[in-house]
Amino acid sequence: MSRRAFLRQHHALQCLGTGLGCSVLLRSIATHRLPPHSDEASLYVHWPYCLKKCSYCNFNKYIPRSQNHAVMTECLQKETQTLLQLSQVSRISSVFFGGGTPSLAQPSTIAAVLETVSKNAHLSDDAEVTLEVNPTPAGKASLKDFMLAGVNRFSIGVQSLNDDHLRTLGRDHNSQHALRTVSEARTLCPGRVSVDVMFALPGQSAKSWESELEKLLPVCDDHVSLYQLNVERGTLLFKQVETGELSVPGDDVTADMYKSARRVLEKAGFCQYEVSNFGKNNAVSEHNIGYWRGRQYIGVGPGAHGRFVPRAVGGAQREARTQTLGPDVWIQEVQRHGHGTRRRIQLDHRGLLEEVLVMGLRMNEGITQQHWELFSPEADLQHIFGMSENVQELQAGGLLILNDRGLRCSWEGLALLDSILPTMLLELETFFQSRVSVHQQQHRLSQRQMTVYIGET
Amino acid sequence: MMHLSLFRSHGLFLPFIKRCPDIKICRIKRRSQACVTVITHRWMKSISPARDFSSNASEKETFDMSEFPVERIRNFSIIAHIDHGKSTLADRLLEITGAIAKTASNKQVLDKLQVERERGITVKAQTASLFYQHDGQTYLLNLIDTPGHVDFSYEVSRSISACQGVLLIVDANQGIQAQTVANFYLAFEAQLTIIPVINKIDLKNADPERVEKQIEKVFDIPREECIKISAKLGTNVDQVLREVVKRIPPPAARVDDPFTALVFDSTFDHYRGVVANIAVFGGRVSRGDRIVSAHLGKSYEVNELGVLRPDQHPTETLYAGQVGYIIAGMKEVKEAQTGDTLYLQKQPVEALPGFKPAKAMVFAGMYPMDQSDYTTLRSAVERLTLNDSSVTVQRDSSLALGAGWRLGFLGLLHMEVFNQRLEQEYNASVIITSPTVPYKAVLASAKLIKEHGEEVITIINPAHFPERSLVEKYLEPMVLGTIIAPDDFTGKIMSLCQTRRAVQKNMFYIDDHRVMMKYLFPLNEVVVDFYDQLKSMSSGYASFDYEEAGYESAELIKMDFLLNGQPVEELAIIVHKEKAYSAGKAICERLRDAIPRQMFEIAVQAAIGSKIIARETIKAYRKNVLAKCYGGDITRKMKLLKKQAEGKKKMRRIGNIDVPKDAFINILKRT
Repeated sequence: MSRRAFLRQHHALQCLGTGLGCSVLLRSIATHRLPPHSDEASLYVHWPYCLKKCSYCNFNKYIPRSQNHAVMTECLQKETQTLLQLSQVSRISSVFFGGGTPSLAQPSTIAAVLETVSKNAHLSDDAEVTLEVNPTPAGKASLKDFMLAGVNRFSIGVQSLNDDHLRTLGRDHNSQHALRTVSEARTLCPGRVSVDVMFALPGQSAKSWESELEKLLPVCDDHVSLYQLNVERGTLLFKQVETGELSVPGDDVTADMYKSARRVLEKAGFCQYEVSNFGKNNAVSEHNIGYWRGRQYIGVGPGAHGRFVPRAVGGAQREARTQTLGPDVWIQEVQRHGHGTRRRIQLDHRGLLEEVLVMGLRMNEGITQQHWELFSPEADLQHIFGMSENVQELQAGGLLILNDRGLRCSWEGLALLDSILPTMLLELETFFQSRVSVHQQQHRLSQRQMTVYIGET
Repeated sequence: MMHLSLFRSHGLFLPFIKRCPDIKICRIKRRSQACVTVITHRWMKSISPARDFSSNASEKETFDMSEFPVERIRNFSIIAHIDHGKSTLADRLLEITGAIAKTASNKQVLDKLQVERERGITVKAQTASLFYQHDGQTYLLNLIDTPGHVDFSYEVSRSISACQGVLLIVDANQGIQAQTVANFYLAFEAQLTIIPVINKIDLKNADPERVEKQIEKVFDIPREECIKISAKLGTNVDQVLREVVKRIPPPAARVDDPFTALVFDSTFDHYRGVVANIAVFGGRVSRGDRIVSAHLGKSYEVNELGVLRPDQHPTETLYAGQVGYIIAGMKEVKEAQTGDTLYLQKQPVEALPGFKPAKAMVFAGMYPMDQSDYTTLRSAVERLTLNDSSVTVQRDSSLALGAGWRLGFLGLLHMEVFNQRLEQEYNASVIITSPTVPYKAVLASAKLIKEHGEEVITIINPAHFPERSLVEKYLEPMVLGTIIAPDDFTGKIMSLCQTRRAVQKNMFYIDDHRVMMKYLFPLNEVVVDFYDQLKSMSSGYASFDYEEAGYESAELIKMDFLLNGQPVEELAIIVHKEKAYSAGKAICERLRDAIPRQMFEIAVQAAIGSKIIARETIKAYRKNVLAKCYGGDITRKMKLLKKQAEGKKKMRRIGNIDVPKDAFINILKRT
């Protein structure tokens, strides 16, 4: 029996022992005004360490001088437990180990965190558990152990099969390492391996990108994530581009690259289901879909983000939570308080709808009427966006589709989502403002009536 | 000459103003400062607290001005091209006559505005009375400093009309420049005695003989009459004073006549009101007299009067031929405009000839960078115009730039000085739009004339430009420009002038290789970047100056700019038919570069009526930067999107196009 199966049984027994099933029912009645799916969440675990810095990365990661795996494991477990209890979710739908380079963590750490999850909530046997993997020989060697620890999906940071590109990006693997790692992962988890690919690399042309992608796809499994290399301030790459040492393709070229990638992927049987994500044979990242569908998630580890209702302390609104950024401080805080939550911001109704809108439109399917109604039972999509001239203009321009099924971007619109979203957010704001003024009028009216009443007495 | 007009505040500047108000703030500010000091030391009133000029005992006395009959008075100005040493010579004259102590720091004592010191020009005329011993007698020499640029030619002409002679300074190295010529003619036409002074003879490259020849050739003044000096070193400066006494006649003024005085400058003091500088053309005026200003006909009681040394020294009376200041309870500078006449209420006289109210020739819009600064900027503009009645201020508002003003200036330099003072003295951050000139239209029908109440209307705002069918003709303001440059550049300059629709009036060599050219320019052709181009194409050697030359008929048209067919009101311009295509194309190109690409293609068009004459296309972009967005990215993403949404609210929407304020600033601002 794998460790996971054992834990699942253990958890079920615990639930029976505490009569949790009954309390769930009670809670769902008492809190029917809570945001949807408040009873379940996904879990993101951040491993903050990397062996070296990639030239383009400005993510929250640290190159450790020494690393105490035992302390890290203990703290990740502790924070997982604290936040799971705070959220009072009964079910964890998926787990994602991201980083940093989480494949540098010891498989026992992954197992320990999953064990903690299972102790505190239901984690189904077929729940997606993803690990980001750096395709180095070391990464490849531990894939099997990670599987035994409970991982059932690998996301591999291949980025490119061109060794020159890999060197420019400062990756610590080459194309051979990448091919071997993907192949090993596919053997271990057939149909559950995702490959990250980057375009708009220094010196890359639309044509060379297309042929690189065509070469890469046959070795891929059923899932590809496509990223544009962004030159972020504060990175080595930024400096290199600034000084003219490297040059990245311009806007028109990257537009062509994205277009051709979408075409090549489609031809190879990959179906785009999100701005950056493609899958075939129905392969998708369940965990990421959770983000785009506005579901709850708990973030554990330095700098991790979460969105959940802290029901254990009587919370009724979803909170945007951020954990302390630096690993050392985070460790201290977890050891002292059981968690390293640095910031909590309550998402009001409008704030929640804004996120539902922004994230939902990233998906091909967009936001269905049913999905929107879950979050906004009082006003449907047509009501909020249907009358807007700006939205109609986007529809007329062939970028946006609003119909009985819901709201979504067209194929062209998906590439321009970031330009569409400010307009949509403003429309949502207008809707809320008009509602506020109606409320104020009603309020004033009732006040006036009250005044009359008092005057009469 | 042209500076970046997009003024931003300088972090270091404000504390400096606070620390040294006497250097940074204009003359009037200084006096206010002085007044504050005086309040605590009233008994010291006669001491000038602002500046420790001299330990000379006579400084502390009140002067009995009756000691100076007309015969021992000389009134003169110094006129010169920028940086030929006018202010340095003035400093030396003040030192020699004991008006100020000799110190190393007496650098351009009369130039008190920061702009003046920086640019080596005099904006506000200043005056100093000097006591000079000559042949055993004390002479009263009134040095009437003039504005150093013909933007202020009206002020110059008023200052000059208070004088009987001028010192015409020419740099021994640079020789005669455009402004030297313009200034010479002002003095010449006023029939003043002109004493040519060749300055900077100490310079290594000085060639006073060549300059003497130029003076002889251009001004027809015998070379023997030139005084060669070094104002910096004081060489021959004493000779200048001797010649002033010898050559310049005393003023033809009689004490027995009724009191008549010319206002040749006025400034505003927060504590005492308007301070008018006057030249007494006849009679006498004393404290307590009731006087009348001819222009407005208002009467005032003289509270204080005196001489300027160059600080104010009160006296009991000023007599015919003398020059001094007068304070008479006037509340606004408009009550004592330059050129106005003052007389005694009981003895009315005819106003002196030549008075005309200031006339704005260059207009520019001014808007606060941030609308929340509107009130602050408004009070800064008000304070500045207190001292300068020649700036006209009209409230204006632009859909793109918000509430602001349309300001009228005497000329380009005047505008520049105003802006610079606004920036430097009030630390204001403003957008100045590209300058325009006042056009006129002669209306065609009696009906229209009746409607407007006049046959000729002045058009400042393109929105008010009457259609061709309604007018008989349009008129544009002209200037007569003088260009002096080494002859290597003649060809280039001629072709530049040609592109500016200029007509050559004459051209001749002022010496072996310097050419003076006179061109009649449409004013709007020189207001934007002409001077910059002239300077750069001549490696800085060409000088340029202009004087007004009336209005001439011109083929003017109004040009609109359209974004996807929608006109953008604030971009409309009035342009000469000949220039329509190039102006239209240039602005379309600037719009193309300034408006960010959007989701739709944008047609940028220049149109005259319904005819499109230029077009640029801003291609639609096809893709945003493709960035992943997972759980950890949401907060950042939302923040960015909300910021963009807020920014979108602030943009001006024209049709389906969002135009950021920056794009308008880029198009409208002075370049």
